[in-house]
Amino acid sequence: MLEGMLIGLQTALSIKMLIVVIGGCLIGTFIGMLPGLGPMSIIAIMIPVAISMGDPAAALILLAGVYYGAIFGGSTSSILLNAPGVAGTVATSFDGYPMTRQGKAGKALTIAAISSFCGGTIGAILLMIFAPMLSSVALLFHSAEYFALMIVGLSAIAAFAGTGQVSKAVLMTTIGLMMATVGQGALFNTPRFTMGIMDLQSGFGFITLAMAMFALPEALFLILRPRNIAEVSNGDIKNLRISSSEMRSIAPVIGRQSIQGFFIGVLPGAGATIASFLGWAVERNIAKKEEQDQFGKGSIKGLAAPETANNAACTGSFVPLLTLGIPGSGTTAILLGALIALNVSPGPRLMLDEPQIFWSVIISMYIGNLVLLVLNLPLIPYIAKVLSVPRNYLIPFIMFFTLMGAYIGQNNATELLLLVAFGICATALKFANFPLAPLLIGFILGGMLEDNFSRSMQLYDGVAFIWERPMTLGLLIIAAILIVLPRWRAHRARNQHAEVADGD
Amino acid sequence: MEVRALTLDRWTAFILMGICLLYGYTAWFNMDAGLAPFMQRNPIWPSTFPKLLSLIGLFTSFIILFGLERSEPVIGDIDYRRLHEYKLGQAIGMLVLMVLYALTLKPLGFLVATASFLILGAYILGERKWIIMIPVGVIATFCVWYLVSEVLEIYMRPLPLIFKLGS
Repeated sequence: MLEGMLIGLQTALSIKMLIVVIGGCLIGTFIGMLPGLGPMSIIAIMIPVAISMGDPAAALILLAGVYYGAIFGGSTSSILLNAPGVAGTVATSFDGYPMTRQGKAGKALTIAAISSFCGGTIGAILLMIFAPMLSSVALLFHSAEYFALMIVGLSAIAAFAGTGQVSKAVLMTTIGLMMATVGQGALFNTPRFTMGIMDLQSGFGFITLAMAMFALPEALFLILRPRNIAEVSNGDIKNLRISSSEMRSIAPVIGRQSIQGFFIGVLPGAGATIASFLGWAVERNIAKKEEQDQFGKGSIKGLAAPETANNAACTGSFVPLLTLGIPGSGTTAILLGALIALNVSPGPRLMLDEPQIFWSVIISMYIGNLVLLVLNLPLIPYIAKVLSVPRNYLIPFIMFFTLMGAYIGQNNATELLLLVAFGICATALKFANFPLAPLLIGFILGGMLEDNFSRSMQLYDGVAFIWERPMTLGLLIIAAILIVLPRWRAHRARNQHAEVADGD
Repeated sequence: MEVRALTLDRWTAFILMGICLLYGYTAWFNMDAGLAPFMQRNPIWPSTFPKLLSLIGLFTSFIILFGLERSEPVIGDIDYRRLHEYKLGQAIGMLVLMVLYALTLKPLGFLVATASFLILGAYILGERKWIIMIPVGVIATFCVWYLVSEVLEIYMRPLPLIFKLGS
């Protein structure tokens, strides 16, 4: 392990990687600040750049840097404008924006940066402890367990979709899995569902789909309903210092939320958004009475909690990706797709076979967090200028970058038409409130899911692997419970509600 | 049971159900015809997984279509019932422009197609300051082309097709 860490340190501290981390964080902050563009879009736009660098470690470091930067940028626009660029930073605006209105924008940004830094760093330490443990367990897994584990991951993503949304999420996942079967698979040498179209022989492009699912609908939404992006002048952001008594009061919050956020991030389907809301709610509940009233009106604890939690959760979401090769969120699914495109298959063997990738990513997390704190924070007043770029210029550029991303990957103009077509479908699905992340996750996991399923079927000559391997059975039962439980609870709650109503 | 109007999400579920039916029809009835005899003894066929998927897809779209899973109507970022109040024309204009870009990228070359895309895009969104639009579009195009072809070393034909004739 120590040897691996040293290799990672050596890789991550090379000049090239440092430039990559710094560049990634800056680009992420820049774009993440724009309201409406989430980290998934930003990462999707950056993937072609990452892939063309050719070095998997550099690519992953770049994308991870972009990811942190985007979350940080999102919290900046939450605090300054009450317009969260990222769902994970909505909770930040509860207390961050009131602080800005009280003229404490600088202080709020500093607290956000320090909390993010601590959350991210503590998360990275926990990742260093838990990822090797989990991957040594995962080495015992066979294809049957992998199949079951992926089913658990996909079910958890559906189960966390929210009340009344579970069947929509399951349907979207299924559609994603169906799209993954298009083209010529590795296991069978027959092209499937290509409808005789040659361009579909190799299946749908993952970057095209990622762009169409996230970047394009978000850009279209920006066109449809222009948000009022307020002018932020330099004068608004001053006095970045915080006092030591304030530091003392947020320290326990940061400690608790780093750990809580990390473990929520590890769970598939939960991620930064849930972690930040839960972090805010938990801290409000355990705060003293007089502090409790401050929550939502500019409490520094209420700002530190979601900021710590969302960064810790971002780090936590790397655990299932790096150890099992199973993404728990849309963002990590996109990262997985990028890794597969670079011929790296994340999973328990990654740590043994390519320690330089595994460890340099973890080391770069520390560097990335440091970059955000020492470089981005002082630059915020200048970066915030991006908010004053007129939308008339901004949107064509966003659309152009989605087009470019799809084109560079495949060098094929048909891909661009597919991008527009899928983008329209995705926008329609978004109107109807169908979640889009499960579709992409299903698409990315589809190939692996089918491979593992087929391999177990061949080994056991049928579906006997389900009951002959207890761990597989156990995991599949967990998956079933995950899907059924929220429905059953909603049903019971409705029945109780009905009984009360009748009794009145 | 009360009669409820077909809301957009149920319409969507209906369309998705159609897709699942088509997919399922292909998987159940069309795919196994060309299967080699030795493959037929395998416990798993190329169509096995798609068959399962089509069943799950049909089942869940059925649940949504008939509203078996109750949910409160959630109005997201944009309410589709008020679509006409939004800038729909601009959005459609941009989509058409993207299609045009896809069709003209190869014949016109990267530089011309991209610069026109950026300038016309800003125009569609209501920008009329040509004196800013044109330099911004042209300079940005050159920067991106330089980055992509020189730094990332991905070749993209910069100029219209006619300049390459004969070479």
